[in-house]
Amino acid sequence: MATGDLCTVERRGRVHLITLPGAGEHRLNPALISAIRSAVAAACASPGAGALVMAAEGKFFCNGYDLAWARGDPSGRIAAVRAARRGLVADLLALPMPTVAAVTGHAAAAGCGLALAHDTVVMRASRGFLYMGEVDAGIKIIDYFGELLRQKVPDAATRRDLVMKGEKMTAAEAVRRGIVDLAVDGGVDDVVAAAVTIAEGLAARGWDGEIVAEIRKAAWPELWSKVKDYGCDAPSRPRL
Amino acid sequence: MCTLEQHGNVFVLTLTGDDEHPLGLPLIASLSSAVASAKAAAASAGPGAALVTVAEGRFFSNGLDIGWAGTSRTRLMELADALRPLAADLLALPMPTVAAVTGHASAGGFLLALCHDYRVMRADRGVLYMSEIDIGLPLPSYFVSMFRAKVTAANALRDVLLRGTKLRAAEAKEMGIVDAVCPGPTETVAKAIKLAEQLAARKWDGDVYASIRISIFPEACKSVGIVEESDEEKVKNFASRM
Repeated sequence: MATGDLCTVERRGRVHLITLPGAGEHRLNPALISAIRSAVAAACASPGAGALVMAAEGKFFCNGYDLAWARGDPSGRIAAVRAARRGLVADLLALPMPTVAAVTGHAAAAGCGLALAHDTVVMRASRGFLYMGEVDAGIKIIDYFGELLRQKVPDAATRRDLVMKGEKMTAAEAVRRGIVDLAVDGGVDDVVAAAVTIAEGLAARGWDGEIVAEIRKAAWPELWSKVKDYGCDAPSRPRL
Repeated sequence: MCTLEQHGNVFVLTLTGDDEHPLGLPLIASLSSAVASAKAAAASAGPGAALVTVAEGRFFSNGLDIGWAGTSRTRLMELADALRPLAADLLALPMPTVAAVTGHASAGGFLLALCHDYRVMRADRGVLYMSEIDIGLPLPSYFVSMFRAKVTAANALRDVLLRGTKLRAAEAKEMGIVDAVCPGPTETVAKAIKLAEQLAARKWDGDVYASIRISIFPEACKSVGIVEESDEEKVKNFASRM
């Protein structure tokens, strides 16, 4: 069981569970993204791991980029964190096992994108929003992120409401509109448990991990083409 | 042919007269000029504006002026080519846009409504109708791009383009093509203006808003000739706000 300040990793059955710990906003900067990417890569090296869950503690799943840190050197740091997140999306797309995001709290901007980059999304019903706050903050959306939104939110009106209107979507609303797969009652632990149960079920299908990765990349080809040069090389893994 | 009024921070563009508002060269030019005026006025006023397009009479618009075009394919193409930059101006407009579909919107008129971000439609009469299949006219490729971008519900594109289904407001809402349905024209205009006011009150930076719209519908925007900013230019914008 690996631990770290920035993200923790544990195994539950066949599920490789990554948690962003603590009560903070889990805002993305290169250090955190690097820790998450290491944790994601560790899933492949974990014998018998058959699915990945990404979760968080506290009120926030991930509240977007670490803008306070970015202010230190705006153009350099924005570019750096964006490149890092692009790499994380590439790693998730190329991961040789199914992925589940446990949106345990608010998921805003880049944090919302992180959740959507998973195959399945479960979300806490009682609190927390999906919020694409860029329009309110005056931030433009770059190419691959637009592609991620188009591929994962195919309904035009829903995408418009989420991104052009900055609507704060509850889990129930997000499920109704097809963005989130399941709204889970209760607290953070309940959401994580539900995500782990789904992930365990997916792992039990015994899919060949390389095939999972190939099919996923083929299902979202435009997105894959825009991020693939930023990912680490996917390690080959034996059949489950 | 059309008027532009400002009500607070909402620009109301009205297609005037009780006719079908056919999109001939004069009306297209008039609309383009009005849209440009709204854009200029908003630029000097600062963030927080919105545009509502309404029409008088029983028609929103019945599309390209095929009466003027007659049997001339050249003329028809001329009209399609003239409408394309107007579509581009609307898709690049640095403020939210609402179409109050106060009457029939067919062919290019349906496209015009689709070029707006939101659609409010009257329930009591009027249909959205892509008549080209019934009349035997090909669709300009940018028309198809717009419909592919915005009409995403299962089978909706097929129904609208390939079957020439005439959509009343309720059905259009179910298909995700219309956002709100109102009893009659007065309520439709009022609701559209209210929606525009709510959107304007968010005080979005117009340049950012337009950029986000383009990133949400890139193929449609490209098809009308909009050139999207590069990621580098967008990053400069982000950095400058820090």
